[in-house]
Amino acid sequence: MTDKNGFFDLSKTGLTRRTALKGLAAGAGLAVAPGFVRYSQAQSSAPIKIGFQSHRTGIGAAYGRWYEKTTAAAVKAINEAGGINGRPVEVIIEDDGTDPGRGAEVVGKFATQHKTDIVYGTLFSHVVIGSAPAAGEAKMPYFVVSEGHHVASTKLNRYVFQPGITDVKSQIQSMAPWIATNAGKKVTQIFPDFAFGYDHRDYLPPALKAQGAEVIAQIAIPPTESSFTKYFPQIPAETEVIYHVMVGPAVLTFVKELGEFYGSNRPQLFGFIDSLEATDINSPGLEFLDGSHFWEGSPRYAQPDDSAAQKAYRAAVGIDDNGAAVGDPKDVSTAAHMFGCWETLYVVKKAMEDAGYKGPEDRAKLVEATEALTEFAEGPEHPQGPKTFNGKIHQCFGIQNISKVEGGRLNVVHKTKIEDGLYEPEGDYTTQPL
Amino acid sequence: MKEVSPAKAYALHLGVIALLFALSFVLPEYHHGLLARIMVLAVFAMGYNMLFGYVGLLSLGHAMFFSAGLYGAGLAVIHLGWSVPAAFAAGLACGALLALIIGVLALRTSGVAFMIVTMMFAQVFYLIILYFASWTGGDQGLVVPQSARVLVLGSTSLGLTNPTVRYMSALALFSIVLLVTLAVVRSRYGRVLVAIRENEERTKMLGYDTFSNKLAAVVVSGTICAASGAAYALLFGYVGSTFASVQYSILPLLWVLLGGAATTLGPLIGTLFMYYVVDITSGYTSAYLLIVGIALILLVLFFPKGILGTIRQRWLGWLP
Repeated sequence: MTDKNGFFDLSKTGLTRRTALKGLAAGAGLAVAPGFVRYSQAQSSAPIKIGFQSHRTGIGAAYGRWYEKTTAAAVKAINEAGGINGRPVEVIIEDDGTDPGRGAEVVGKFATQHKTDIVYGTLFSHVVIGSAPAAGEAKMPYFVVSEGHHVASTKLNRYVFQPGITDVKSQIQSMAPWIATNAGKKVTQIFPDFAFGYDHRDYLPPALKAQGAEVIAQIAIPPTESSFTKYFPQIPAETEVIYHVMVGPAVLTFVKELGEFYGSNRPQLFGFIDSLEATDINSPGLEFLDGSHFWEGSPRYAQPDDSAAQKAYRAAVGIDDNGAAVGDPKDVSTAAHMFGCWETLYVVKKAMEDAGYKGPEDRAKLVEATEALTEFAEGPEHPQGPKTFNGKIHQCFGIQNISKVEGGRLNVVHKTKIEDGLYEPEGDYTTQPL
Repeated sequence: MKEVSPAKAYALHLGVIALLFALSFVLPEYHHGLLARIMVLAVFAMGYNMLFGYVGLLSLGHAMFFSAGLYGAGLAVIHLGWSVPAAFAAGLACGALLALIIGVLALRTSGVAFMIVTMMFAQVFYLIILYFASWTGGDQGLVVPQSARVLVLGSTSLGLTNPTVRYMSALALFSIVLLVTLAVVRSRYGRVLVAIRENEERTKMLGYDTFSNKLAAVVVSGTICAASGAAYALLFGYVGSTFASVQYSILPLLWVLLGGAATTLGPLIGTLFMYYVVDITSGYTSAYLLIVGIALILLVLFFPKGILGTIRQRWLGWLP
């Protein structure tokens, strides 16, 4: 992977019709000239350039670092196996600062300065939504690894895809049957008072209702809050399950204070591992989570029944059996999400091969080829598990893991089915012009 | 500020506008797009400079005026289906009204208290955006549909997503605000504002109603910032709460300090400088903010009044 930065490269001035015609004429001349075959081969072996919009700084930096590691591992594997359409893959990284304004600029930079074939890798929802217009205007295929519902909502545009990780609406819907059957029927939700929390606030109640359970209280906590004790008396006494999705640095305080509030006699706890990605589950203060359950996209800890593909993926990315960097047990990964980078790159590879992708002039073909994909089989390219892909909403659907905290690690106790997370499409991107 | 013939000042500003116009035809594609964004944000800085540079009121809440324009225009398109000119006018009106209300309340304070009060109001505005997430999109924000970002002029439709249209729209806004700013600071009213900055008590003794003059400056400043926000929503297609966060109140202060407070062209220079320092250094290291910090320290050491401010002090005393 390389970082590149051109500055006022006058060779990159906008192409006018006249220069284009001159270019075409010159190209035609070259085509009949001796030595063209060699020239043509040089062009066809030029790298496929992938612009990686990375959260190197800002609130998403912990994720960004692991997204980069996973991307590097996937690109290495793809290149060792012959690249895409026989061409090597080159990743160009630009930091978006986890900021939507800068994100849009970075997409513009990839499109007009680096002239990448696609843009890829964005995680945080507000950056995706802020960058999507720039991608659509530049007609730049934009493959995000965000898990937000924004892509599947069909509120973005035809150039935005999320083929490597499921969206949060699907994840929540998949969790409901297990919660209702195994944890309890009366659920109190505690969530941050911003969009990530609202997805859980809005999608969990109908999903639980369909399973004969109910949300009896919803407690929204402002993002600026640093102490949570005053909110806990709002939890109804008849609560059987506390469903928590607190995120950010305050999560350790949240868990500690919840433990102090309940002591040893607590309701069941169910949470999303987003709260504790890149955080050691054995950190002081998290003892209260012992025996509780978490959603995980891909398991952090190696499991006894891990497939050969999963083992190979973990080795390639460089995470040990505890989900930390090999050689540095304190460097805990974002395992539940970062597999999406690996899988997205293999989807890009498949779509480019299906489209016979040669260069930016084939971007529309790439979009259509991606939309035509329907299934991704479990294996080295999709180590997290099998997936289906809905080309109308540009979103994949897959299995989810429910893990229990026991003995200082997360053990998978249930895997959902793909069908558990399916829902009615909310629109159709394919009706939009390319 | 030395007296200078209006022709010289206007010629300089018209020359800058002509240069920006000419750059549209020679800049590489990426820098063409980036400069359009910089011009829009330079308008934000010019609005800030109106209050900070000329009246001496340091606000830490101008992100709310930018966001008032951003959301005023963006939501008018998204929820009400308004046309681009109507939405832009809505953004301006939101900014002007908000500035009037905030001005009436905040101008009861001065100095550090003014900074704190404006920052608190901006934080309230930010939290309101998060609270009404069903309308505003909360922290994720909303996309202004590409199909709605079309400027219809008679029988001609101009898509604001077209790079040339976008650049020229940004340049038009920048030019209007630059010339209006120049006219204001050269007017009698502008001199009163400078008098308030230099010695408010003496200005009062001379018979000027300083509160009304300052309130008018807050409204003009807020409206210019809102114009920038409205243009940002319509030209770049995204409205989000990040633009209402405290970071976006600090940025215009930084741009103005860099370029030169109380100089009409300083905001453009500061925004341009800051943007390119970040853009270039972030390509080499993730610690680019460290380099930005060092660049700022060097500027403070060698250009204590900002780039244009120092140039005016040392060499070109006639710069407005």
